[in-house]
Amino acid sequence: MLANFVQATYIVAGLLFIFALAGLSRFETSKRGNAFGILGMVLAVVATIIAVWAPESWHGSDWATRMPSFIGDAGLASVGLLVAAMLVGAVIGTFKAVRVEMTGMPQLIAQLHSFVGLAAVLIGFNVFIEIDGELRAGHPQTDLAFHLAEVWIGVFIGAVTFTGSIVAWGKLAEKFPSKPLTLPGRNLLNLATIVGIIACGVWFQNTWSWLALIILTLLSLFLGFHLVAAIGGADMPVVISMLNSYSGFAAAFSGFALGMNVLIITGALVGASGAILSYIMCKAMNRSFISVILGGFGTSTSSAAAAEEGEIQEVKADELGAWLTDAQSVMITPGYGMAVAQAQYPVAELTKRLTDAGVKVRFAIHPVAGRLPGHMNVLLAEARVPYDIVFEMDEVNDEFDETDIVLVIGANDTVNPTAMQPGTPISGMPVLHVWEAKKVVVFKRSMKPGYAGVENPLFFNDNTYMLFGDAKASVDSINSALPAADPRQAISS
Amino acid sequence: MQIGIPRESLPGENRVAATPISVPQLIKLGYSVVVESGAGQRASLPDEAYEVTGARLGTTAEVWGSDVILAVNEPSVDELESMRPGATLITFLYPRQNEALLKALQKQGVTALSMDMVPRISRAQSMDALSSMANISGYRAIVEASYEFGRTFGGQVTAAGKVAPAKVFVIGTGVAGLAALGAANSRGAEVYATDVRPETAEQVESMGATFLKVRTAADDQGVSSDGYAKETSDDYNTRAAELYLEQARKVDIIVTTAAIPGRPSPKLITAEMVEQMRPGSVIVDLAALGGGNCVLTRPGEKYVTDNGVTIIGYTDLPSRLPGLASQLYATNVVNLLKLATPEANGSIVVDFDDEVLRNMTVTRGGEITFPPPPIQVSAAPAVKPEAHLAPQEAQEPKAPKPWYLSFGIVGVLAIGLIALLTYAPASFVSLFGVFALALVVGYYVVWNVTAALHTPLMSVTNAVSGIILVGAITQLGNDNWAIKIIATGAVLIASINVFGGFTVTQRMLKMFRKG
Repeated sequence: MLANFVQATYIVAGLLFIFALAGLSRFETSKRGNAFGILGMVLAVVATIIAVWAPESWHGSDWATRMPSFIGDAGLASVGLLVAAMLVGAVIGTFKAVRVEMTGMPQLIAQLHSFVGLAAVLIGFNVFIEIDGELRAGHPQTDLAFHLAEVWIGVFIGAVTFTGSIVAWGKLAEKFPSKPLTLPGRNLLNLATIVGIIACGVWFQNTWSWLALIILTLLSLFLGFHLVAAIGGADMPVVISMLNSYSGFAAAFSGFALGMNVLIITGALVGASGAILSYIMCKAMNRSFISVILGGFGTSTSSAAAAEEGEIQEVKADELGAWLTDAQSVMITPGYGMAVAQAQYPVAELTKRLTDAGVKVRFAIHPVAGRLPGHMNVLLAEARVPYDIVFEMDEVNDEFDETDIVLVIGANDTVNPTAMQPGTPISGMPVLHVWEAKKVVVFKRSMKPGYAGVENPLFFNDNTYMLFGDAKASVDSINSALPAADPRQAISS
Repeated sequence: MQIGIPRESLPGENRVAATPISVPQLIKLGYSVVVESGAGQRASLPDEAYEVTGARLGTTAEVWGSDVILAVNEPSVDELESMRPGATLITFLYPRQNEALLKALQKQGVTALSMDMVPRISRAQSMDALSSMANISGYRAIVEASYEFGRTFGGQVTAAGKVAPAKVFVIGTGVAGLAALGAANSRGAEVYATDVRPETAEQVESMGATFLKVRTAADDQGVSSDGYAKETSDDYNTRAAELYLEQARKVDIIVTTAAIPGRPSPKLITAEMVEQMRPGSVIVDLAALGGGNCVLTRPGEKYVTDNGVTIIGYTDLPSRLPGLASQLYATNVVNLLKLATPEANGSIVVDFDDEVLRNMTVTRGGEITFPPPPIQVSAAPAVKPEAHLAPQEAQEPKAPKPWYLSFGIVGVLAIGLIALLTYAPASFVSLFGVFALALVVGYYVVWNVTAALHTPLMSVTNAVSGIILVGAITQLGNDNWAIKIIATGAVLIASINVFGGFTVTQRMLKMFRKG
């Protein structure tokens, strides 16, 4: 009975998690999706607590075979530990979630990934402590090698996720340099580490030695660190998605080790989700997954990256304000720079005022704008920009030629026409065709090239104007330069 | 090379393939230009205007003897026979309907590029003459309708009473349909539009019109699926007909634009619907060339039905705005020549590696090259011609791998998996089944997630992967204190994940709002 109840709840929780992801497919159902996720989690946790603290008499005769990980009965001390740990975790988690700036979302997500990885490592260790104890007590174990394989693979993925996420977090939070760490022979080093990990795994499986597991863990931790350290800041959307996938698989392997299907279902869902996101992000940069993972972006020799010299034209905020009010349609293409400058609020205000004045304002979002898939959408939503004027690259890329003014706010590589030509590190990457518009205004701090280190000939075009300075300050001054009166009345008078 | 611009010989044709604006651009590409005397006259472009911009005036024979001929209509037999073998002809040819013409072009040894075969890819938009002509047709449809319609379009309140605005219904919101509804709207009419592609609703609304959605069975069940409209099933057609009938009773002017290149136009407006329209109403059928969307349309004609409905089936609407039509067409042709003259040295190169040129070329070197191979729409942007030299070769659409290759890989993997699972413990096998199915479900579910929600997706999957919490909870029950303490640590960090992940997702989702 009880075994059935717990398994049934786990199945329902798994289904609810599927509904949660399905709900996120559209804005209208997304809140419902999140609620399903919460419900699934509550059910799974409650059923687990019941199963762990249920009196022995509730267990059926087949308890041990059906619920392999629910052995022993927990006493009061365990209840105390559980409540304390969950309370502390809840407070920390909620506090972080409420306090985080939307611009800091990538860091938070990276951090959360590392927790799943660490938890998977700890659970793997625990499973082994238990098996080890049984072995020392002289109880033979069936399928020992197989279970130990589940343990070490789980620990391996968990550890890679853990250090990888920490490095990703450090790069995003600018605690570590975002430049790729390019050790000589780094691919060989990775390969050697992986071979070492597998060797330790085989050793561990056959001798159940603690030493093997510890060496394996250390090697995995190093691999996670080195893999992500070798990837540049601009590739973070891929890295974060990839770590998301790993964290899912880490949970799934813990599920194998513990024999719990709910962990497996959920882990597989998350793993698939992260893998698809990585694929989408790679596609958006026209790079293969392998080349991103092997790291060292921009180190390939570039033939066309020779510095381009030319005349640039500057524009002042008040002049731009006049242009904007005269324009029919304006497209805004934000990039990471907007996030850094926290310019989303003034941009939203500008959008509102122009829309009120009868100007058609739209946003064009490149898939890898920002440091996280969908990052720009979240920032714009935070500033209350309606989502139905925010478009993906493919939806609006053909419409730049009908646009009067494009405002490029803190984007560089994603609007670089060089990508249409061969021989540069960003060649073949789909880019926003901003240069087709009548006028392009680029908000920039300086003439420094973007992450990819490629000179952007867009800046020297005849129809490009530069507005130097902090993006937030620039947009603020445009806002104050806009005429306060309704221009439609001005025309009719 | 010499470009010849003939005077169109088709009766009623007012357009010309080059204008005094496009001639200097052609000359800049290195060509010399001969314009037939009187070529632009009917488009209000006098011969002198051409001469001033550097073109030479010539006779019919001179023009048709040029190396490249830019025209609007398909050539007559005489014209074709006066072409030199090896010359290039650029015009509308409608190769799908004109097999005889293709044979004649082949016999003459002419390279022919058909302007109606411009592929619908973003790079070729600047050459898409069908779109620029459709735009003009849409506008002109409203002009023709307003001429026949015995009332004003805009509503007014006058001393002599109130005047209701005209109601205009546009079926099909492609380029022509959008132009028509824009024109009707700017005249003050109440404009409604519908299309099989519900995603065009936004464009319709952006032009100030109201989109009428055909209700489908899926909608009735309260489920809206985004991809359904690609096929117009019987059910869809029935429901669309209901919508048309309902609108026929209400509106004053119907503009239909559902033309399918090279095939008969679908019949959307039945005799019964026309019957239901008020006397004095107008139907403009922009698909008249393919037989018309209305069963009563007489292609090329305008007439009044017994119940007083005027049906306009003109097939020469672009030619009725000859100045603008010529200007846009000439620009399309210049853009094409820019692509086909990579060196700007006045010699045309029909490069079959360029999918635009390949698609448009119907005959070359005595061979019929129609129909062209299907275009692979790839995400890779168009590379400039010189790019072919660079290591971008991998970007070229690859031939699909033979089926047996992927079958072989899957087969080997399947056998490997079966072998592994056969030796695995029983518990693992059932768990692995769950794992595999969950992977597949996850794969399909996540592809549906809209790009703008990728960040919330990530945070929610993050929260959900905190399910590892329950694994840690089970270990709390262990008697070994080392396990208990490690498990407590795991519970703590997994809780951070669960609570943090869900809270932050909720926060983000709250922010998304519709305008």
